[in-house]
Amino acid sequence: MIRFALALAAVFLLALPAHAGIDDTINSFTAPIATLMGQIVFFKIPLFGAELPVVVLWLVAGAVFFTVYLGFVNLRGFGHAIRLVRGDYADPNDAGEVSHFQALATAVSGTVGIGNIGGVAVAVTVGGAGATFWLIVAGFLGMSTKFVECTLGVKYRTENPDGSVSGGPMYYLNKGFAERGMPGFGKVMGTFYAIGIFIGALGIGNMFQANQAYVQLNNVAGGRLDGFGWLIGIILALVVFAVIIGGIKSIARVTEKIVPFMAIFYCVFALIVIFMNFPHIPGAIANIFDGAFTGEGVAGGALGALIIGFQRAVFSNEAGIGSASIAHSAVRTKEPVTEGYVSLLEPFIDTIVICTITALVIGTTQVAQPDFAGDAIGIAMTSAAFERQFSWFPVPLAFAGVMFAFSTMISWSYYGLKGWTYLFGEGQIGQTFYKVLYCLFVVLGAVVQLGPILDISDALVFLICVPNILGMYFLAPIVKAEMQSYMARLKSGEIRSYAH
Amino acid sequence: MSNVVLLATDGSAGGGRALAYAAERAKASGARIVVAYVIEWSPYTFNTPEENAERHTRREQEISRARESVVDPAMKSLAAAGIEAEAVVRHGGPAETLIDLARQHDVAQIVIGRVGGSSLKSLIFGSVTGKLVQASPVPVVVVP
Repeated sequence: MIRFALALAAVFLLALPAHAGIDDTINSFTAPIATLMGQIVFFKIPLFGAELPVVVLWLVAGAVFFTVYLGFVNLRGFGHAIRLVRGDYADPNDAGEVSHFQALATAVSGTVGIGNIGGVAVAVTVGGAGATFWLIVAGFLGMSTKFVECTLGVKYRTENPDGSVSGGPMYYLNKGFAERGMPGFGKVMGTFYAIGIFIGALGIGNMFQANQAYVQLNNVAGGRLDGFGWLIGIILALVVFAVIIGGIKSIARVTEKIVPFMAIFYCVFALIVIFMNFPHIPGAIANIFDGAFTGEGVAGGALGALIIGFQRAVFSNEAGIGSASIAHSAVRTKEPVTEGYVSLLEPFIDTIVICTITALVIGTTQVAQPDFAGDAIGIAMTSAAFERQFSWFPVPLAFAGVMFAFSTMISWSYYGLKGWTYLFGEGQIGQTFYKVLYCLFVVLGAVVQLGPILDISDALVFLICVPNILGMYFLAPIVKAEMQSYMARLKSGEIRSYAH
Repeated sequence: MSNVVLLATDGSAGGGRALAYAAERAKASGARIVVAYVIEWSPYTFNTPEENAERHTRREQEISRARESVVDPAMKSLAAAGIEAEAVVRHGGPAETLIDLARQHDVAQIVIGRVGGSSLKSLIFGSVTGKLVQASPVPVVVVP
């Protein structure tokens, strides 16, 4: 195994001097495709001076529909979700299976990432403080979307002969449409989804993350890592290799422990910064509400703020993309709908808690000292906001960023793998081939500037929400029936709590 | 009062001594024995998606390994001695799970073997036996 890894590294080292040339070749080949795909997927309708990407409208419309159709499950199911995660309804005889808490933690570490730190800063810069308000609204609506996709993921998953399970949108699209008398359509949709999640995993789940990890490290090192992207890439790839092929669980275990710790660490320090600027909190909150409805200084006014807030939320919590559905399908529950309840906490944690806290850090700092960050946007801006209070903060923040990137790579390697096995079967050779390919892309992501390829993968990930949400509309009555039956049995005491 | 003894076993030498002790007592008093093996597990850990997907298979493997290597031999030796016994293998926190099982089976006492020595870990966090003695609803016999 180790020899193979070294051989892999050697191949890359040999290929390095040529990489500038490779960049140009790949770019010139892919740029037109990327532009075309971007134009289609992120097609924007001009609206009162703002531009609304259709795909964002599609996602938000779905979220609004599911919220209303399921009688505000995002609000009414919240308490029950917490009790499920706490293990109140866990049958002791099933102990040892994946718990609701574990499923939630796994899915959350796949979604909490660079977007929560840097993406929000971009949203606030472009959409003003008011974007935060719409970000929260979209996060709230996205909870219903997750509820639907995760319930379906568990309900229509496939059990493999070895006892493991495979699930996700490709499975419920395929089986769900077949149930509704459209097997051909379901097959096309499922295959399309699987291709999309497979390529998306190599792009935003992998190359983008590797790239961001390198940028973070280089920033902290003061640019001393310029030109050493290949080194960082190979190190990252070797660690990913060790986890997903070498099966070295201890690395994954360490990461999976560090990530929640980092998220909590981040939130605690964010709250400290917010409260250190205590007198400016009312001002920052007033800005959020004013901006939400007036959109002062934002292109497109209030509507512009709304679009940016919605877009950021969708990018961050992945509700409607279906990735979390793949993660939740692993849970062996008798009631698929319980996974739905648990999953509605994800947009809550990801968007309503973490993104909002970031927005408030930037907001309060900005009220205290207008234009504190100069031209910096993205993570640099968030970093600058923290640096006002704690000069040492950029270092742990960068470390957290790298950890987030790494855990996202591990999670997405699995999402992509499920797309792969859906398309090509569960054969071990194929799976190993995919995993090796995945590691190669980690190095590529850190080394080359593959803008167009990233654009294509970005576009694909958002394109797969089209079949996903379409399928969810068709299958929503099944989810509703499951939910009502479950709630009735909960009320009658047939499903009981084991909590002492 | 019930005449059931919960025997906590883990395949260690201490567990073996506990088995011998419990068998001796059960024979004398005509008690029934519940042989319990707890596989240490917590529902609040952080896993990768792949670990979650394989979890069910792993769980089955863990249970059958526990049965084959520890529980079944114990059951066999009890049967040979003419003692009525029942086996339980369960995942969970050892002390909490043993207490749950004690309640569920309405046992009169718990018999557990002492783990030799005292590692740094058990000094800081307390041992299973220590926790069990503190929290058990029924008398606990710790076999040295």
